[in-house]
Amino acid sequence: MTTASTSVEKPRVVRSGRRFTSGDIACAEGALAAGCRFFAGYPITPATEIAEHMARRLPEIGGVYIQMEDEIASMAAVIGASYAGVKAMTATSGPGFSLMMENIGLALMTETPCVIVNVMRGGPSTGQPTMPGQQDVMQARWGSHGDYEIIALAPSSVQEMFDLTVEAFNLAETYRVPVFVLADEIVGHMWERITILEAESIKIVNRKKPTVPPSNEFAPFKPDEDLVPPMAVFGEGYHFHATGLTHDERGYPRTESAEAQTRLVQRLCNKIRENKGRIIRVENAMLEDAEVAVVAYGIAARAALSAVRKARAKGIKAGLLRPVTLWPFSEEQVAQMARRVKAIVVPEMNCGQIVREVERAAKETPVIFLPKLGEEPHKPDEILDAIKEVQK
Amino acid sequence: MTEELPHPYEKFLRKDRIPHIWCEGCGNGIILNCFARALDELNIDLNKVAVISGIGCIGRVSGYTNTDSFHTTHGRPIAFATGVKLANPELKVVVISGDGDLFAIGGNHFIHAARRNLDIQVICANNFIYGMTGGQGGPTTPLDAWTTTTPYGNIEQAFNLVHLAAACGAVYVARWTTLHTRWLTESIKKALQKEGFSFIEVVSQCPEIFGRYNNMETSIKMMQWFKEASEVQHFSEPSKAEITPHRIVVGEFIDIEKPSYGRLLREMKVKVSEKK
Amino acid sequence: MPVKTWRRPLDADKVKPPKAEVHVLKDRCKGCGFCIEFCPKEVLEESNEINERGVHPPRVKDENRCALCGFCAAVCPDFAIFTTEKNCKEGC
Repeated sequence: MTTASTSVEKPRVVRSGRRFTSGDIACAEGALAAGCRFFAGYPITPATEIAEHMARRLPEIGGVYIQMEDEIASMAAVIGASYAGVKAMTATSGPGFSLMMENIGLALMTETPCVIVNVMRGGPSTGQPTMPGQQDVMQARWGSHGDYEIIALAPSSVQEMFDLTVEAFNLAETYRVPVFVLADEIVGHMWERITILEAESIKIVNRKKPTVPPSNEFAPFKPDEDLVPPMAVFGEGYHFHATGLTHDERGYPRTESAEAQTRLVQRLCNKIRENKGRIIRVENAMLEDAEVAVVAYGIAARAALSAVRKARAKGIKAGLLRPVTLWPFSEEQVAQMARRVKAIVVPEMNCGQIVREVERAAKETPVIFLPKLGEEPHKPDEILDAIKEVQK
Repeated sequence: MTEELPHPYEKFLRKDRIPHIWCEGCGNGIILNCFARALDELNIDLNKVAVISGIGCIGRVSGYTNTDSFHTTHGRPIAFATGVKLANPELKVVVISGDGDLFAIGGNHFIHAARRNLDIQVICANNFIYGMTGGQGGPTTPLDAWTTTTPYGNIEQAFNLVHLAAACGAVYVARWTTLHTRWLTESIKKALQKEGFSFIEVVSQCPEIFGRYNNMETSIKMMQWFKEASEVQHFSEPSKAEITPHRIVVGEFIDIEKPSYGRLLREMKVKVSEKK
Repeated sequence: MPVKTWRRPLDADKVKPPKAEVHVLKDRCKGCGFCIEFCPKEVLEESNEINERGVHPPRVKDENRCALCGFCAAVCPDFAIFTTEKNCKEGC
């Protein structure tokens, strides 16, 4: 799979096999494998390659690619396509992410399954378009106004760019929620060898459909036991109404009712909170008997793993806890681990975002924060030095 | 005179939400009425209609039509409609929204959807003001008009929406007032059957706010203004299709043929799959 | 806004115009007055009743004058009035 000129392969949906490719391209291929057939976006470094790849691939396999006039329109079009029954996504970076925030709120409020990839770069504002960053992690969680819960995944390899994008779509369809893939410029632009399974082996989840026929009493936002309502889409005869205003189970605006606001907003939060056990994924390395732990995600986790291995080679009992799911945050896993270790080292390419969550979960256990800003990710030795400091 | 018979357009309305929230004499009700009549006369399959609206008084219209409908964030119904139409081209996607929603915050989406010639219909209820939020000025507020944010008289020039739509490449552009019910219904019917981006500006009365602020306190006074000031001038030059307090030029201004975005997309996909 | 006609069609005696029935959904009316004001035949006037919204809905002054133009139905913002053609086989 190359980015140059036309491919010589027939247009398969899933390009199974061993491939040497970049993170952005793997992300796009993962989306296609997950069933994504609509992409609306706007060029922005370092996510542009996702759009360009989708522009080439989607028409081949019967999907739709459109470059919208801005990121606000992109997000609106994604919600529209999802409501018309098609799995939809967009990809952007910091500045575009900020523009999308209002409509992300609309997606949340209308429980629209969709995937938003943010290949994070140096910020704030225009920042450093071609340099990595992990500065939008809190924004993914809190960026839109109002109270809500989202799901965010942090790939740290090209393989994960593929796999976690598939998982993002599955989570979006399961919970009817926007799901974020928080990559960064290095993971997005680096080239690694990956394995794409055969289509039949890739697990795909589709949104629950209503089990009742259309009627005047149909309630498009009436949740099932799992707090997620089955989703009717346009053109199926349900004649339903959806709005960004606070609404009842029929979808009608209820701007006057405190009861309606409480019911709806609590459910939107509980939908994720009560299903945390099924959503959160954490990968540990050498953590069971660790005395010093490192908590790292995304590109920082690559150096962290290397540092932990080096520490072990020196006889230091170090371990790595890598949140694959950034939001909801793996508080319980971090809390449990914190009780066993002397200290936790948190390297991040920002001025302190996930480290605050770690501090909250770790309670009394000391947390050492290693910020890094700019083009270079953490070097393993920088993290190793911090581990050594703890052990003194 | 009996009351047993239901209104002939009941099936186009969500019965559990009528009467609607719009004020007495509001033009929005007339627009909904004409839209229902157009759907009725064309015998359109209601299962294939999606009504999208933005924020504003007219934005509530999607909550009243007995079709699949969506009420988006302010200014974004056209962008949302783009996603809907491209994902399911069989749907008739109609955007009904207001002058501020479509041309202030939503201006960018309007010009690009028109440029692309996306196959959607956009009906703009132009009441010259931001009614829902209490009466602030907007991009179509006439010069010198009083609004809460132009308390010394509006010093901004107003858009000529017909000119704007024509310049952006819309294939069908018309302007009517809410008094021209039959013309408006015919225009909506034409737009629904025409391929490409259709735009209908409906000069609409907001008696409670715009009217009251500008010496037309009753809805009848506003309708009389429409009656006196409007002039049917079909196919006059869009840039000369005046809309001022003294003269409201109405009619159909643009009616051309151009392949829609959807058509070009389909043709592209065929070519792409044939190459492989 | 009445329409004054001064010509009488030559076949006025031979042609029977359709007879109209005006239906007012009284409780929907918000009292804007468009139907009364813009009826070309002055068929309607404000009634003395008060509906559940607290306004006077229209009442028919003379149903025979109605020409079934349908303008009242078209211009009503509230779906509160419409006309139907009377079936005149049983006599009108």
